[in-house]
Amino acid sequence: MSSQTNRTRNTGVSPVRIRNTGVSPVRKHRKQSTEFTGETPVLRTAVTNVVIAGLGGQGVLKASDILAEVAFRAGLDTKKSEIHGMSQRGGSVASDVRFGKNVLSPMIPSGRADFLVVLDGEQVDVNRHVLREGGVLIGPDKIDVNALGNRRSLNVAMLGILSNHLEIDLPFWLDSIKANLPEKLHDANIEAFETGRNAAGD
Amino acid sequence: MSGNEAVAKAALDAGVALGTGYPGTPSTEILENFSLIGGLAQWAPNEKVAMEVALGASFAGARTLVTMKHVGLNVAADPLFTSAYTGVTGAMVIVTADDPGMASSQNEQDNRHYARAAGIPMFEPSDSQEAYDFTLRAIELSEKFHTPVFLRVTTRICHSKTVVIPARSATEPQKPEFVRDIKSRVMIPAYARPAHKRMRERLTQITDWNERSDLNQTIKGNDDLGIIATGISYAHAREAAPEASFLKIGLTWPIPIKTIENFTKSVARCVVIEEGDPVLVETLLAAGLKVEGKDPMYRFGELNVGRVRRILSADTSPEPAPAKGKPPQLCPGCPHRTGFKILKKLNCIVPGDIGCYTLGVLPPFEAMDTCVCMGASIGVGLGMRHVLPDEKARRVVSVIGDSTFVHSGITGLVEMVYNPPKTGHVVLILDNGTTAMTGLQEHPGTGRKLDHQPTNQIIFEDFAKSLGIERVEVFDPTKEAEKFERALAEALKSGELCVIIARRPCLLAAKKIREYEQQAAEANAHE
Ligand SMILES: Cc1ncc(C[n+]2csc(CCOP(=O)(O)OP(=O)(O)O)c2C)c(N)n1
Ligand code: SF4
Repeated sequence: MSSQTNRTRNTGVSPVRIRNTGVSPVRKHRKQSTEFTGETPVLRTAVTNVVIAGLGGQGVLKASDILAEVAFRAGLDTKKSEIHGMSQRGGSVASDVRFGKNVLSPMIPSGRADFLVVLDGEQVDVNRHVLREGGVLIGPDKIDVNALGNRRSLNVAMLGILSNHLEIDLPFWLDSIKANLPEKLHDANIEAFETGRNAAGD
Repeated sequence: MSGNEAVAKAALDAGVALGTGYPGTPSTEILENFSLIGGLAQWAPNEKVAMEVALGASFAGARTLVTMKHVGLNVAADPLFTSAYTGVTGAMVIVTADDPGMASSQNEQDNRHYARAAGIPMFEPSDSQEAYDFTLRAIELSEKFHTPVFLRVTTRICHSKTVVIPARSATEPQKPEFVRDIKSRVMIPAYARPAHKRMRERLTQITDWNERSDLNQTIKGNDDLGIIATGISYAHAREAAPEASFLKIGLTWPIPIKTIENFTKSVARCVVIEEGDPVLVETLLAAGLKVEGKDPMYRFGELNVGRVRRILSADTSPEPAPAKGKPPQLCPGCPHRTGFKILKKLNCIVPGDIGCYTLGVLPPFEAMDTCVCMGASIGVGLGMRHVLPDEKARRVVSVIGDSTFVHSGITGLVEMVYNPPKTGHVVLILDNGTTAMTGLQEHPGTGRKLDHQPTNQIIFEDFAKSLGIERVEVFDPTKEAEKFERALAEALKSGELCVIIARRPCLLAAKKIREYEQQAAEANAHE
């Protein structure tokens, strides 16, 4: 497994991050944690935070599994967290994926997501608060589901859009999609991924 | 790897001979994975039985793993407490998966209390790597000190995926063997009294061992602020206050009090960051250490980086309300739907139970009046029937799922036969052929084992009849909705003891069930 995974990885904290936390060395405590939003460039480049959200049955967790594996294959420390366990379809689902040199908490602090990928229109407003100022929203309106061979690969198509924003090489994406899906679904999903990747147009 | 996958992998690598448990979020995937990667894993009818099976195997020298969600440990508490007296021969690791924030549970009890109450050591991993490592270490500790050992995980440990590097277990498992040891294993008072003393001595020895062990890690930061953290709280706190000094405790019971005392002395301010109840901080305060805890408002729900920051700055201003997502609902076409339509139409009083069908409490049905713990529907229904005026008592119907019925509804049914209310009673078993709520696990009523291979099947209607219950009827709630409704109405009027079974597979499970049945039929044909 990757070299980022040694057990002492937790010490590589950059000095700039220190200044941006709620606890200052001089013990003068700030009130609101939200105060730090948008003024932590180092944190942002050090760890990329992606929230994927939608409804049960849409493949939110599958998409976050694929993304986490992409980052892991690309040699990054990766953590992913979600609440799951209910079988029934249709309830809200959201998954946090974090990757970078050194990831600590598996949960993305509120207002710190760099990307919010949403698979269901009605779930956009519910989740918007996770985005940092200037964070990128990738909503289902970015894709014409009818252009997809199979609507069920919307999750992977959305990853295609996201891939344009991340500097991770294409083969990592394709390998991870294949590793996370049964073989008979490979072609349809790679196609969906390409559709998404091209839909963004940039 | 998820924390659950990591525990399963470690168990396999350490030569665990038997994994047993009962499904419950967030613990379920441990045994499923253990089975998938080649371990022997079994679902027991409930957690108490699972604990006993594991204990027996450990008495016989095998390494065992027993898994359950936090409330499952309540069910297994009876064998648990006395297993601390008897001790074990082969390792016995008990995984308790707590659910702070109640993502999928009826309470958020903190099972660290059990370690202290039962006198059983407890490991608390803070990520998947530690879930792996600590499972191995728990096995070693269990065999070194002949005690059952807890591995306490929480939802975020179980379901988060972080990088894991597997290792090799240091010691080889021994061959199972029966060695008679009556004085340690037969807990009549004369033998239990010295056993209790042995258990306390063992805990003192483990405390000494813990003080010297590498399970508790100090990370030197600046000395203005020291943070003592356990489990997932450690990851949040490191991110919230990267400049602070840290003491991460891996074996949280028995507490390495000297190690902690030394740490508190090395920093100006020392804060304990723990999710859930103030278990650790209260113990440290009682021992006279200078530490701070959190405001009681942070006892509720999960911690995260933002909340840890607030705790550190003693911020008690109201927190923003969490965004309201869409709650789960019974799937469209779910076979449970018919039952709730009828219960609503007949204006029934419905002591309910736990499973997918608990969602019958939500609109459009709103046809459930109580839900306490698994199996409670029958006892609660009988209690109501005993005291309510007749015309109300006659409207009471206990509603219970198939897996829940096996788990703890059986004794309720026996109670119904033994102490029948004078208006009779009606128990409705919603038999969807699976444990749907937790992700479609098998149970003794499905006739298939954890790995979906065929085994003996408990037939509910035969069982009810064998207890002497005469009115036992079975319907397909979708195809025979009218008959089902009529039968329920008549059962309520009859004043008899009745069991009605609504049998139709869960939509999500139906296809898989057909496949399993086909495979079984083919295998039979070959024989
Ligand atoms: C003591 C205990 N163990 C486990 C659980 C987790 N759990 C909740 S409901 C349930 C079983 C649901 O199965 P079933 O009764 O068949 O209903 P279904 O979900 O299939 O409708 C389980 C295992 C629990 N709540 N309490
Ligand atoms: S998972 Fe099955 S039992 Fe649960 S709501 Fe859906 S169809 Fe019904």
